[in-house]
Amino acid sequence: MATYCFDGSIIGLLSCVFRAFQFKDFQVYVSSDAHAQNRLFDDFIQVASNDEQAQRVWQGLRQRTSSQSQRNFYYTFLSENQSAYQHLFNYCLYVFQHKYKVDENYGHPDVLALAQWTKQVGREKHRMEAFVRFKKCQDGLFLSLVRPDFNVLPLIERHFKARYQDQTWLIYDEKRKYGIYYDLQQVHQIEMNANQVDSKLATGFSQSFTVELDEQEWLYDQLWKDYFHSVNIQARQNMKLHIQYVPKRYWRYMNEKSI
Amino acid sequence: MSERIREKLQILADAAKYDVSCSSSGSNRKNKDKGLGNTGSGICHSYTEDGRCVSLLKILFSNVCIFDCSYCVSRRSNDVKRAAFTVQEVVDLTMNFYRRNYIEGLFLSSGIFKSADYTMERMLQVVKKLRLEENFNGYIHLKTIPGASQEIITEAGLYVDRMSINLEMPTEAGLQKFAPEKNHAEVQKDLAIVRDRLIQLKDERKLIRSVPKFVPAGQTTQMVVGAYSETDQDIILMADRHYKEFNLKRVYYSGYIPINEQEKSLPAIGSAPPLLRENRLYQSDWLMRFYGFDATELVDEKHPNLDLDVDPKLGWALRHPEQFPVDLNRADYRMILRVPGIGVRSAKKIVQARRFGQIHIDQLKRIGVAYNRAQHFIRCADTPKFIKDQLPSQIRHQILQSGQSKYTQQLSPQLGFGF
Repeated sequence: MATYCFDGSIIGLLSCVFRAFQFKDFQVYVSSDAHAQNRLFDDFIQVASNDEQAQRVWQGLRQRTSSQSQRNFYYTFLSENQSAYQHLFNYCLYVFQHKYKVDENYGHPDVLALAQWTKQVGREKHRMEAFVRFKKCQDGLFLSLVRPDFNVLPLIERHFKARYQDQTWLIYDEKRKYGIYYDLQQVHQIEMNANQVDSKLATGFSQSFTVELDEQEWLYDQLWKDYFHSVNIQARQNMKLHIQYVPKRYWRYMNEKSI
Repeated sequence: MSERIREKLQILADAAKYDVSCSSSGSNRKNKDKGLGNTGSGICHSYTEDGRCVSLLKILFSNVCIFDCSYCVSRRSNDVKRAAFTVQEVVDLTMNFYRRNYIEGLFLSSGIFKSADYTMERMLQVVKKLRLEENFNGYIHLKTIPGASQEIITEAGLYVDRMSINLEMPTEAGLQKFAPEKNHAEVQKDLAIVRDRLIQLKDERKLIRSVPKFVPAGQTTQMVVGAYSETDQDIILMADRHYKEFNLKRVYYSGYIPINEQEKSLPAIGSAPPLLRENRLYQSDWLMRFYGFDATELVDEKHPNLDLDVDPKLGWALRHPEQFPVDLNRADYRMILRVPGIGVRSAKKIVQARRFGQIHIDQLKRIGVAYNRAQHFIRCADTPKFIKDQLPSQIRHQILQSGQSKYTQQLSPQLGFGF
């Protein structure tokens, strides 16, 4: 057994696959964490990211799998989960060791794991498209701070860009410390200090923005809360289902819920 | 100013909440000329505490109504606060909510003030202002007012994504009793106007490349369940007929929530809405639309009501032991789909996976099949060779024993069950 350690990028992961085939080394444990505890009898190998090798592996995947499976591969990668990385690695070995297409064999544990991770990441992507709440700042910027479970900003960018074309907006991931900003022309990646925008960030209570907000922001915020309470039918109250649909970890940035 | 608009929104959102339709999918309107919004596969932006989704800004234009339907909260004789929006107010609310990513679009309904055409014309003004002046490309669901003229309905169809008109009661007799001013023929007439226009445009599309978008997300309707003594058979056959005749996208079933003290033949205030029955109706609806079941397979003269203890798919399987067990490694997709515990996604995965080898029990479990339920109806590679044949009643008992229904506490004396 060997442990391959890569830098956490998709290029790094694909380079690990390249190395595995280079040295016919197929019993491998991959990890993106350099400080992960070594297994006692394992060789610990630091795999450098190599753009060229990664390209070759990716081209190979493109030839052997459907575009749906390639999408699943990317979604699974964005989960940033160690066991998902391992599944991706094993999946590549499985695909490359067969002459025919095997990317739809859901009986195989790694193929199935990819489908399941894709489902989870896809669900988080969809939740972000739904639960992002913009606040209008004084300069007309629509601002939102979120903390998604997985790194889904690259996935939701297209949706927001297609939808909000006549307003500048910024969605910031406070956990991964980067955001996407649309300036009426295109989307940029930016970094800032989220603690300066949201004074409640450290406490975990509902967001309270310290930036100057638009003068009508308060009214529409209030109207939305009123609306949210008016459409509830008391006779059908079902809090269990409510929390299942809107898990509490998202309540911080949804203005109709307050904690 | 802001106090008044808050009050109006509370009144008119409260009155609109009994319309259950909230889907925002099925349309494909693109964002054009750097405007605002688009539509796609539908997003639920929030969920109320009763667990229903909030996707659209669902409001009445006005809750003043000249009709007196006893099941409706806005009926003429009911003593509630009345309000009406101006066109500009609805437009501002929609635009500002949409910009903040609160909603997918607008669901506009209204009580009938003055006349059907007058009301419909006002609602059309809102829609046209949003589309033409504000360049709003989000989802718009417009309620057709029964009795509105053909011209105004076809014009509205050019701007909205979905139109709907409610059948209200599943039977004509029920409608006669509680809403004598309405009848099903009028509703069907309006549904037919939109349907015929859609067919006409579809034919024209074969000759002309660009025909205008017309109600791209289709039509829907809604029925109140549990207010009158109709059986599930009445409801399902009525829904089935409308799916086939009017090509509806959805039929919604809304468990009646008691709101009327005067009318003694309606369920009394305080009695629980028939949630479980509603759930079973939706399950049968899905079976008809996605699982290839026919309405007559789910309910018939011998079983006019759906079984509340087991879902309609399991119910069908128990009534038809001759169809089972199904060999998952051989049976065709249509039959796999009919096995209780296997849904559309699992069925597709099974059909994909078996090209690579025999299907085993552990694979089924990992694919996501509800194996506890499905095991009585399937055979796969490592099913034991000799298992005792069980009677349907034994299977039913076993499945009921092994699971815990979330509805067990909520069972209440509901209308239409005969107790």
